[in-house]
Amino acid sequence: MIRSVFSDKTILWAFVGFAILSLIGTLLPNWVLNNAMFGLARGLAVLGLLLMWRTGLISFGHALYFGLGAYAVAMLEKFTGTTDIFLRLLAALIVAGGVGFVIGLVLRHYRGIFFAMLSLAFSMVLYGVLVKTEALGSTDGFSVSQTTFLGWRPSSKYPLFLSIIAICLLATIGVQLYLRSALGHLTTSVRDNEIRVEYLGYSVARAVHVKYVISCALAGVAGALIAMALGQVDPDSMVNWTVSGELVFITIMSGPGSVVAPFIGAITFEFLRTFAFEWAPHAWQLIVGGTLLGIIFFLPEGLWSLIRRLWTKKERRRDRYTSSAGARSA
Amino acid sequence: MTDTPVLRVRDLHKSFAGIVAANNINVDVADGEVVGIIGANGAGKTVFVNMVTGYLKPTSGLIEFAGREITGIKPRNATGIGVCRSFQISQVFMTMTVLENLLVAVSLAGQDRRSLLLPLHSDERVKECERIMARYNLTEHREKAASTLSQGVRKLLDIAMAVVSKPKLLLLDEPTSGVSSDEKFGLMDLVVDALKEQGTAVLFVEHDMEIVRRYVDRVLAFYQGEIICDAPPDVTLRDPKVIEYVLGESHRPGVDRQAMEVGHA
Amino acid sequence: MQTALTILLDGLVYASYLFIVSVGLTIVFGVMKILNVAHGGFYAWGAYSAAYAIGLASELGFPDWFGFILIGLSSALVGVVLGLLIERAILRKLYEHEEVIIILATFGLFLILEDLILIVFGVNPYFAYQPMVFLGSVELGGIFRDVYSLTLVGLAALVALACWYALNRTKWGKILTTVIHDREISLAIGINVNAVFVWTFVASATLGALGGAYISPTVSVAPGIGIDVIVLSFAVVVIGGMGSIPGALIGALMVGVLRAVAVHKFPEFELFVIFAVMAAVLMVRPEGLFAPAKARRI
Repeated sequence: MIRSVFSDKTILWAFVGFAILSLIGTLLPNWVLNNAMFGLARGLAVLGLLLMWRTGLISFGHALYFGLGAYAVAMLEKFTGTTDIFLRLLAALIVAGGVGFVIGLVLRHYRGIFFAMLSLAFSMVLYGVLVKTEALGSTDGFSVSQTTFLGWRPSSKYPLFLSIIAICLLATIGVQLYLRSALGHLTTSVRDNEIRVEYLGYSVARAVHVKYVISCALAGVAGALIAMALGQVDPDSMVNWTVSGELVFITIMSGPGSVVAPFIGAITFEFLRTFAFEWAPHAWQLIVGGTLLGIIFFLPEGLWSLIRRLWTKKERRRDRYTSSAGARSA
Repeated sequence: MTDTPVLRVRDLHKSFAGIVAANNINVDVADGEVVGIIGANGAGKTVFVNMVTGYLKPTSGLIEFAGREITGIKPRNATGIGVCRSFQISQVFMTMTVLENLLVAVSLAGQDRRSLLLPLHSDERVKECERIMARYNLTEHREKAASTLSQGVRKLLDIAMAVVSKPKLLLLDEPTSGVSSDEKFGLMDLVVDALKEQGTAVLFVEHDMEIVRRYVDRVLAFYQGEIICDAPPDVTLRDPKVIEYVLGESHRPGVDRQAMEVGHA
Repeated sequence: MQTALTILLDGLVYASYLFIVSVGLTIVFGVMKILNVAHGGFYAWGAYSAAYAIGLASELGFPDWFGFILIGLSSALVGVVLGLLIERAILRKLYEHEEVIIILATFGLFLILEDLILIVFGVNPYFAYQPMVFLGSVELGGIFRDVYSLTLVGLAALVALACWYALNRTKWGKILTTVIHDREISLAIGINVNAVFVWTFVASATLGALGGAYISPTVSVAPGIGIDVIVLSFAVVVIGGMGSIPGALIGALMVGVLRAVAVHKFPEFELFVIFAVMAAVLMVRPEGLFAPAKARRI
């Protein structure tokens, strides 16, 4: 079993990549570590959106689950005082997954623009409640205390960073195995031809529902991780429609090609934002908007296709070299 | 062989907003029988196929499959019990390869739902698909995306996907439409042979009378939502009502044409 | 009784504002099948350019009533320049793409328009109260209201009437209806669909800008004003039915009155109620209450 998992090249590379990242993490200054944590956590939510996008669906309301995960952490602390990472993640998973399951019962029948609009409406309902309710923190939100690990309160951010890496790795492996399974291949099948899927004896609505719940759970965990890394939750940076838009933007920027693409995309996004705020504080959205248009026009398969193109070019060059060398010796 | 027909249809009726699309349809199909369905456009052939496979709900009437009522069943449940179909326009997964198309079909045909969590490309499934590809002459197209196939090959793939679960009854909606004339007999030879081997009963809608004459045991002729003739091909294709309403002028034997001209004079 | 009247009046004024902003969105969706997020950008540009022009005119000593002319001029300018530029340079090349990808592209445009405002107009808020002061206020059944916001109702009625007339009584309207009905056939019978798209988009952008320009004297024009407006107009358009002008009218009235009730009676539900209705409409009647288009539901 283990060997068959690691025989998958994507999983192998993800493992190596995350391992290297966790080692580098000990050397990084705090602001870089923070950015990397935000990027990885956001990448988790994007991984969920990638699953939907491969099915041909774009959700303009995933901030709902992102926000639910973040607020689950804050409310858990407010009512029970718990700051433990496992309980926090569990709470986020249950809330986001549960709400996703219920809403999914409705959304699984919608496609295209209607799917996008209905998910937007649901997320704005939560936003409307959070912004106007004092008991839920209103526009200010809540602060979130430092995360503890089974009672241990670490003195640096590194243990949290390591946990985020572990979760991202687990999710990457899980989603990759899922996509390789027969059920996972139904993503493409449903996008290509729903009628045929039904006539092969499988419920399209159920296939969509399963993917939706997985993506909601991922977004919920992502929200919880961001809340822990940031030490703060508030509606405008976690639940408003612009957050959903941002997640979709990273999805498009990363490209649907691979399960590791979301993390590369999200980390790039995070550092881009930091530098933009530093050098051109009023041009951040301009950069995002311009990039979005640029990708739609010139790189429809996202950053990942760029990486792959470079990769295959290198391989081809090596092939050419070895084959010409072979010719010479012959 | 039992006496219960694979398909038994009684007094089937369908109307859309007052317009009758099917009326008073009674059909029995025996195990392994090959039945052709002919009729002009709008005669109700596809409506009939759609009702049997659960795409449309009949207004009234009864459909039984192997002695069990299936009137108004959902398409995916029809597939589950052994009623499958192909489409007039091939319904395949366009961005996937031939192999992947078949792999998905094979994995969904399995009864064990847990096996869906195993990798799609499991050795067992790939082997099964290789067998199917060999049977339907698809091996050379194995790694081609479905969108790049010719109409005829795509039709073959469509039919092959519909029969991986070895259904008892298969409905083919115009299997040769859009297929070039030099491809069509090869296609039908392959399909009919394969299905006879499996013992699958076939109902197929067809416009090409050459195909009908060559492959079917029986022909149902539809006209304005009703079956006007149900008999072996040589009887049906000579039936005066069928000639007048279904086949049209070009199919009249010379003698009849003369008689008609006399009658008009 | 007083509250009921206040709610009704507030609701009507807010509905008028929403209608002016959303009608452009629904027209573009009806004709071009594009859900245009950048509409919020046109709104913001309309508001900023009008506020800037009014402020400048006031400094130069123009009379206060001149503001109304500036509102009209600036929204027309914004609509024509931005509308032409965006349709010609960007959207035209995307018509072959999936509808969700086009939404994303307009989202990108929206972000760009937002930041261009910061670069052109700076980050400080603008106030352009002159036209509002000029009209003064009036007592209606014991409630004092500024006349300016009441003229918004008149403007909305005017816009609705103009749309109705243009669609039903002019040759242009006939052409537009044909394109809405079937793009392919319109091309086949010799309608210049490209030209129809350009002018529809420009008209829609102008209406969006007009909404922003006309509201600018009553608010502080500050960064981010387009963000809330665009989701609100999505709600209006979805409730009424995407692509339907009467739908936008009904949707705007519903949202306007519901919001007014919430603001006065249950302030914590102000936003909740709008989006709950939007979700409910999509669930029960996805094509909207007044819709020509059909939803893809299986």
